[in-house]
Amino acid sequence: MDNSFFVDSAHLSKEALEKKHRLENDPSFRKNHMEYLEGMEVLRSDICEKVMAQMKSYDYAKYTAKDVKAALEHENCSIEDFKALLSPAAEPFLEQMAERARLETSKHFGNTVYIFTPLYIANYCENYCVYCGFNCYNDINRMKLNEQQIEHEMKVIADSGMEEILILTGESRTKSDVKYIGEACKLARKYFRMVGLEIYPVNTDEYKYLHECGADYVTVFQETYDSDRYEQLHLFGHKRVWPYRFDAQERAILGGMRGVAFSALLGLADFRKDALATAMHVYYLQRKYPHVEMSLSCPRLRPIKNNDTINPLEVHEKQLCQIICAYRIFLPYVGITVSSRESARFRNGIVKIAATKISAGVSTGIGDHESKYTGKEADAPEGDEQFEIDDGRSLGTMYKDIEGEGLQPVLNDYLYV
Amino acid sequence: MKDDKLIIGGHEFSSRFILGSGKYSLKLIEAAVQHAGAQIITLAVRRANTKEQESILDHIPQGVTLLPNTSGARTAEEAVRIARLARELGCGDFVKIEIMKDSKYLLPDNAETVKATEILAKEGFVVMPYMYPDLYTARDLVNAGAAAVMPLASPIGSNKGLATKDFIQILIDEIDLPIIVDAGIGRPSQACEAMEMGAAAVMANTALATAGDLPVMAKAFRQAIEAGRSAYLAGLGRVITRGASASDPLTGFLRD
Repeated sequence: MDNSFFVDSAHLSKEALEKKHRLENDPSFRKNHMEYLEGMEVLRSDICEKVMAQMKSYDYAKYTAKDVKAALEHENCSIEDFKALLSPAAEPFLEQMAERARLETSKHFGNTVYIFTPLYIANYCENYCVYCGFNCYNDINRMKLNEQQIEHEMKVIADSGMEEILILTGESRTKSDVKYIGEACKLARKYFRMVGLEIYPVNTDEYKYLHECGADYVTVFQETYDSDRYEQLHLFGHKRVWPYRFDAQERAILGGMRGVAFSALLGLADFRKDALATAMHVYYLQRKYPHVEMSLSCPRLRPIKNNDTINPLEVHEKQLCQIICAYRIFLPYVGITVSSRESARFRNGIVKIAATKISAGVSTGIGDHESKYTGKEADAPEGDEQFEIDDGRSLGTMYKDIEGEGLQPVLNDYLYV
Repeated sequence: MKDDKLIIGGHEFSSRFILGSGKYSLKLIEAAVQHAGAQIITLAVRRANTKEQESILDHIPQGVTLLPNTSGARTAEEAVRIARLARELGCGDFVKIEIMKDSKYLLPDNAETVKATEILAKEGFVVMPYMYPDLYTARDLVNAGAAAVMPLASPIGSNKGLATKDFIQILIDEIDLPIIVDAGIGRPSQACEAMEMGAAAVMANTALATAGDLPVMAKAFRQAIEAGRSAYLAGLGRVITRGASASDPLTGFLRD
C-alpha cells in the first residue's frame, strides 16, 4: 500500500505535462540525487556514514519483549536499547515507555511547554517533491510577501503575544533568495525574541549571514533518510540532492547557529528506520558539537491541496507516540516539537509525556494571518497552504489549555548573544 | 544561632536556601519564599527577557534579592554580555555565572567561568560562579574576585544528590569564601547532609518544582537546611563507622 501522489493539473502546458510524466515514470530521466549541484558546498564529515551504518544494520524484527524490558530498566539508554524501544516488540509496552519518558522530560524540562508559530513568507518552489503542496507542478495560488507585508504579518502575530517565530519559505532560491530571507530575519528580530528558519539548505557562509541577520535556529527536515526512497519522491530540483540536505545542520552549526532541528517525515518510507536515523543524526552531531542545542520534530504525512488522500499509512497515533517516547528516553536533553498536523487531543496528551514545544495560531498559507486571526476579510491576495493542519488553536486558547493540563506555557526562554 | 548569617559580598542573609532557576513558575517562587524562607532567588535572564504578561520580574516579592544567571552563555564573553543586560534590566549587582558548552549534561566550563568572574568582579558585580568542584578552579575564582563558589553536587536536574561530596568537602575545607552547593540536590536529606559538611547554603529548584506538594516540600527543605546548619555549628559527634572501638586502648602498652 502506498499513497498515490501524482496529480496532473489542467493548467500545465503539454510540454510541462510531458516532462512531469517522464520524471515520474522514467528514473533515467532524473538527475543523480547523490551528486552535488554547482555551488553546493561539500562538507568533509563522518556523520552521514555513521548514521547510515546504524540505519542499514537496524533489524527491528530481531528485538524481543525481553530487550524492551531491559531497555526500560537501564538507567542510561544505549543505542541498542533505543533500537529495542523503536521496534514492534515495544508496542505492548507503550504505557511503561510513556511513564519513563515523562520522568525524563520532567528531569530536563520540568513542566514547561514552549510555544511558537510558523510564518510562511513565500510558497514558490522549484522542486517536484510529490507529497508536498508547494511542489512546482501543483496548481496553487503562489505568493511571496514583500517587506511591508512581512512586517504586517509579524505585527499581527506579535500582537497576539507570540515571542518565538519560525520563518519558512518554499524552496526557491530564485524567488526567495538568501538576502530576502535575511531581511525577513532582521524584521523578525524587531518583533520576536527568538527567530528560527526553515528554508532550503544553504552553504555555511549563507547560514553565517542569516545568523548575523538575527536567525539562531535552523530546522531542516531530511524527509527520509532512505536515499533510494528519497530519489523516488523528490524527482526534480535542488532538493533532490540528498547528501547536501543531510549536512545542512552541520553547516548551520559551522555558520554559528545556536541550535538545529531534525526530522523525517513519517509515512514516506520505513518509519522505524527513519526514526532511528533521525535520532542517530542528532546523537552523532551532539557528540561532535556538544555546545549546540538540538531538537526533533516528528511530522506525519498530511493531505495537501489537490490531493486529499495523502496519509501517513501505517504510522498511526500509537506508533507516533512510541517513536516520541523512544526519542525522549534515548535523548532526554533534546527538545521535541509536535506540529499542528496532529489533533488537539494528541497534542494535549503528548505534552504531558515528552513533547516540549508546540505551535499555536498556525497558518501554513501566505499572508493570511490577519484574516485567520481576526476573521477580517482579506483585502489582499493570499497564498495557498503547504499542507492541511489539524489543530487550529490560537495562542490564547493554547496557553489556557496547557495551563489547564497542569503544565507551564513558556513564550520565551532565549537570548540572542 | 540568631547571629548566624550568610554573608555574600558584604550582604547579609539569614536564610541558607537559594531558589535555582531551572524550572520556573510563579507558584514555585511563592512557595520558595513563603515556605522555604528563600531570600535569594535565581532568575534566568533568558526567561526574564520576555513580553509575557506573567513577567517573573514583576512577581519577585519585596526584600528578596535577585540573582540573575547567565544561562545560555557558552563563553565568558557571552556571560559578561548577559550579566550587563541583567543590570540594565534592573536586576541589581548580583550575578550567578553559568557557562555551559554542553547541551547534554549542562556541565559548567570552569576555565571560561574564571575568565568571566574576573571581568565582572572588576565591574562591581557580586559574582557567584557555578562550577565543577575542582580545587584549583576554586582558588582561581577566589583570586578573580568571586563572592562565593558554587560547586555542583551532581548533574543539573538529576536529583542525584551529593555525587561530588568528597570534592565539595575539599572546597569547604580549603576555600575561605561561602561554598554554596548547587545542582543535583534532589531531597531534603541531601540538602541537610551538605549543610552538615559545612556548606554555607544550598540551591535547589527541580527538587521543589517536581514535588507532589510544592509548599510542603519547600518547608521540608527549610527544615532540613536549618537542621544541617545546626549540626554543623554544634560540631558532629563521634561516628563509629567500622567495628567497635577497643575497650583497652591499643596504645596502652606504652610506659613513658
